[in-house]
Amino acid sequence: MVQDIDIADLKKITELVQGKYGYDFRNYAMSSFKRRMLRILELKNLTIESLLKKLSDQPSFIEEFLDELTVNVTEMFRDPGFWRIMRDEIIPGILLNHKTFKIWHAGCSSGEEVLSMAILLKEMGIHQDVQLFASDLDVNILEKAKAATYPIKNMELNEKNYIRYEGKKSLKEYYKEENGKAVFDKELMQNVSFRKHDLVKGEIFNKFDLVLCRNVMIYFNQSLQNEVLKKFHESLFKYGYLAIGSKESLIWCDVASKFLVVNNEEKVYKKIKD
Amino acid sequence: MDKYNLNNSYKAVVIGGSAGSFQGIVKILAQLPKTFPLPIIMCMHRLKHVRNGFVEALSIKSVVQVVEPVDKESIKKGVVYLAPSNYHMSVELGNHFSMSTEEMVNNSRPAIDITLGTAAYVYRDKLIGVLLSGANRDGGLGMKHIKDKGGLTIVQEPTECMIDTMPKAALALTKIDHTLKIDEIVEFLKELDKHYTK
Repeated sequence: MVQDIDIADLKKITELVQGKYGYDFRNYAMSSFKRRMLRILELKNLTIESLLKKLSDQPSFIEEFLDELTVNVTEMFRDPGFWRIMRDEIIPGILLNHKTFKIWHAGCSSGEEVLSMAILLKEMGIHQDVQLFASDLDVNILEKAKAATYPIKNMELNEKNYIRYEGKKSLKEYYKEENGKAVFDKELMQNVSFRKHDLVKGEIFNKFDLVLCRNVMIYFNQSLQNEVLKKFHESLFKYGYLAIGSKESLIWCDVASKFLVVNNEEKVYKKIKD
Repeated sequence: MDKYNLNNSYKAVVIGGSAGSFQGIVKILAQLPKTFPLPIIMCMHRLKHVRNGFVEALSIKSVVQVVEPVDKESIKKGVVYLAPSNYHMSVELGNHFSMSTEEMVNNSRPAIDITLGTAAYVYRDKLIGVLLSGANRDGGLGMKHIKDKGGLTIVQEPTECMIDTMPKAALALTKIDHTLKIDEIVEFLKELDKHYTK
């Protein structure tokens, strides 16, 4: 088993992936990127040399590589307090000015957050009025998000979060159990558009009233965070909202002065300048 | 005179703990020299859904500032950093933290092995690792990484631990330089401090 990877070897991997496939991981945070590489080597039983060979000889391997590289650990209603703020303050704030609006889940992973939002909107009775956009660079995980089907063992935590969120029902009312999986009601996903999108080099593709990108930029270094935040700023309507993870911060980035802190505990910001 | 044969080359102290370590940590933080010359980086197992309260509880008696850093926050001397709930906390080259929501390690997030292992990678032989009472093996491998990079390793005396699985895991995996009671760890840190303030 490979115990550690040199920076030089990590560089070989990122350069190969960038040159051959156009995905740029050169500005990913080092420690987690290294752990992902070690994990891939272990899971696929590879050495650095055989990984490099596989990446250069087997183009079909790239999707698998991306799927393991990106961190796809998430929960429904992660940080219930965040979701209460969404329901009680942020969404009502948007509704004051717009009857219909658009939300972007950037780096949606397996879709738990999009699904949480869909349930929130349904319980607010405005599900039909909101267009949700969910993007990720990993096509395999986007398929999982579209399916809205999760291992039943995950549902205990999801249900606990939902109870702390103080939802109107029981989470059980939104899914059926089939073969050890929780299969969520397809109707929840009907207003969601999924798209493959790479935050590092992807174009701005729409304008939104709310952008959620929680616990995604933690895998980037500061200069990449700065670039991505510029894109979020540009993708938001003036007075639109940006939500990031509870242990992330905007304070270092160039666009910081163009946002107002709406909730510092849950890291919700409002765009106040173009 | 100088019981632990210390010097002023160290850049950081990293502490891991789980079940039964809270009182020990409180005692250490209450007796630290006020201008402790190094950052203290702590990873304690904690409830995943309870985000608030831990820093506040540790701050009550601590003589130095205790903070939960945000992602990419710079590491400063004299500050105690606590890994936030439900995130792994890594030390990065460039002397800052990064957070991650990766899979649990040893059934834990934050995992002590990740904080200790990344700190060992960055600080190498300039790191002091301390592992306290705990009911699982998380932290053992992290201590091995610290030792392998030439750092100094300390575990809490198992007989003093409420649950000794954690320090014993470290003792089984690597050479531990000192096996100390909480009072002796305090004495150790005071002695370390003297090397910097002279």
